[in-house]
Amino acid sequence: MPFFASIFHLLSLCIYRGKPIGHNEEGGKQVRIAVCVKQVPDTSEVKVDPKTGTLIREGVPSIINPFDQFAVEEAVRLRDAAEGGGEVVAISMGPPQAKSVLIHSLALGADKGVLLSDRVFAGADTWVTAYTLAMGIKKLGEFDLVLCGQQAVDGDTAQVGPEVAQMLGIPQITYVEKVDLEGKKVVARKQVDEGYDVIEAKMPVLLAFMTPSDFVPSNPPFSKITKAQKKPCEIWTNAELGANPERLGLKGSFTQVVKVYSPPKRDKALMLTGSADEIAKKLADIIGKEGFL
Amino acid sequence: MADPIQVNIEKCTGCGLCAKSCPFAVITVVDKKARIGDGCTLCSACVQVCPTEAITIERKAVKVDLSAFKDVWIVAEVAEGCTKGVSYELLGKAHELAAELKQHVCAVLIGHNVKGHVDTLAENGAEKVYIADNPNLERYTTDAYSAVISGMISKYRPNIVLFPATKQGRDLAPRIAATLDLGLTADCTGLSIKDGMLLQTRPAFGGNIMADILCPYSRPQMATVRPNVMPKPEPKKGRKAEVIDVPVKIDPKSIRTHLRETVKTCTMGGKKIEESDVVVTGGRGACDENGFELLQQLADQLGGVVGASRVAIDLGKKPKSVQVGQSGITISPKLYIVAAVSGAIQHTVGMRGSKFTIAINSDPAATIFEYAQVGAVGNLFEIVPKLVDEIKKRKGK
Repeated sequence: MPFFASIFHLLSLCIYRGKPIGHNEEGGKQVRIAVCVKQVPDTSEVKVDPKTGTLIREGVPSIINPFDQFAVEEAVRLRDAAEGGGEVVAISMGPPQAKSVLIHSLALGADKGVLLSDRVFAGADTWVTAYTLAMGIKKLGEFDLVLCGQQAVDGDTAQVGPEVAQMLGIPQITYVEKVDLEGKKVVARKQVDEGYDVIEAKMPVLLAFMTPSDFVPSNPPFSKITKAQKKPCEIWTNAELGANPERLGLKGSFTQVVKVYSPPKRDKALMLTGSADEIAKKLADIIGKEGFL
Repeated sequence: MADPIQVNIEKCTGCGLCAKSCPFAVITVVDKKARIGDGCTLCSACVQVCPTEAITIERKAVKVDLSAFKDVWIVAEVAEGCTKGVSYELLGKAHELAAELKQHVCAVLIGHNVKGHVDTLAENGAEKVYIADNPNLERYTTDAYSAVISGMISKYRPNIVLFPATKQGRDLAPRIAATLDLGLTADCTGLSIKDGMLLQTRPAFGGNIMADILCPYSRPQMATVRPNVMPKPEPKKGRKAEVIDVPVKIDPKSIRTHLRETVKTCTMGGKKIEESDVVVTGGRGACDENGFELLQQLADQLGGVVGASRVAIDLGKKPKSVQVGQSGITISPKLYIVAAVSGAIQHTVGMRGSKFTIAINSDPAATIFEYAQVGAVGNLFEIVPKLVDEIKKRKGK
């Protein structure tokens, strides 16, 4: 597809202005999507470096954050549904081994991956993470959509998405369950307490995805992973990114983790066994004693 | 010191979008150029809308005098005409922090026709209430709320700002942090003062570790706080607060997201699971026969709400809004009764803040017992009806 390739090449040379860019001259038929993905530990076993108080992530199996995987799948779906197709660029910040989540994203159908990886990025809080990602997204050109997971399963902050949106100067819709494109608009189902709101916004817009309750993150087949290895996947240090080093990593972070520790061990549960009658009586006693009757 | 907000005269086309977007109505267009007036709060609403990037705000150039930031703020959340309970929880904590710092407790109240909430905020501990009341603030929107609160923070310079870690608060707070270049700690379960600074404690990795976090070099120190974690203060009837009306002007065009429709898939009978003191949750094993009816009876006896694990949601036993766990909601009720849930981390991350947990499971080795104070080994279809009878008996006495 040399035609599309040339369009993307031109777009990527444009400087992102963080403004409603309306986009491609094809009348909105193509869609260009950036997806932020994060590598997270696959296990509940977390080790802490007693000296620095930071997490030791080496040796723990890593996966793509499931919320982000859903965002990648949605990006691919939206691109494929767009008349003129488009491009999905997966972007991540992390150590060199985080490249595996980009390969995973490429195997899921993304077209290109960019890993922001540099010692100076390490130790970033959410603000700095968002700043670094936003710089990367700006450098990649203009996008109709920026997608991300609602939150990452390790930190669970849900802050990076809205922060990226603000830094790009685009609106955001969080807690998105479902999305469709109507011309230059997105129409998103946003989860609220008693159901959902249908929200529309003109692109560009950032969407933060919840996973549907029936979502099971799948591993792409080996053949797709092999193909993904051949897709473009770049690693950018700050030499390529060109961000202000004072604002990066631990140094640039506003918040500082002063201590990381295991939560106080809970006492073992008082176990009740026996007949249902006995258990019910004891439970009622306990519920009463705790003041709930 | 140069004014941190600058208009690049060469780039400015005098289109006036900034003037329309300014929630504080301080921008005028004179001779086809935007002019920023004195009351500018640096909320950056204009920067967001300027099509030519003519307006810039240089925040870092301004050296911050940390001692100039005073008071502990909470951002109240109003939904369907009621102040959410979490707002009072924040006030209770704010009072404790403010007392230690010898500063004041202030509430931010935003919406339309919300003045009626001032007294309850005052009774729950707010000494000052900053109000922005405007028809275009009736419904929460990220753009309008973040601009208004960013502006208030820039103008009045609080030391600490606490937001509820609700869906709204988690949408709003990071937007403000990014606008004002501020740190923000998510989902705190503990807050205290250490060396004059806000020590923020939060769980991470599904609650398997705790982190203590400080924000040493910037102000205000901002955090979102989980609902149901901090105790509600004892309201003092008749206590009044000083009211500061913050005049705002919101151009609907500056709001870039639009509500097309609201679909209610369930009503919770007025009581929200996040705000309920008692929650009774069922998992896969409760999906057979009338399992959830039994749990409902138990919840009714205890004045509680029924929740469900993901598998029960998938099977259509309960609406998504009561899903407890990672892809659902996080709750911390006073009493959590959980039946036929195995205890996978995807569930426990949503309930481990519960004060008192009773687990019922037929498998004595189920992981859920590790999260419980009391474990009952047995079949819920046998135990729950008998438990309901026992409770009725005791209440009858």
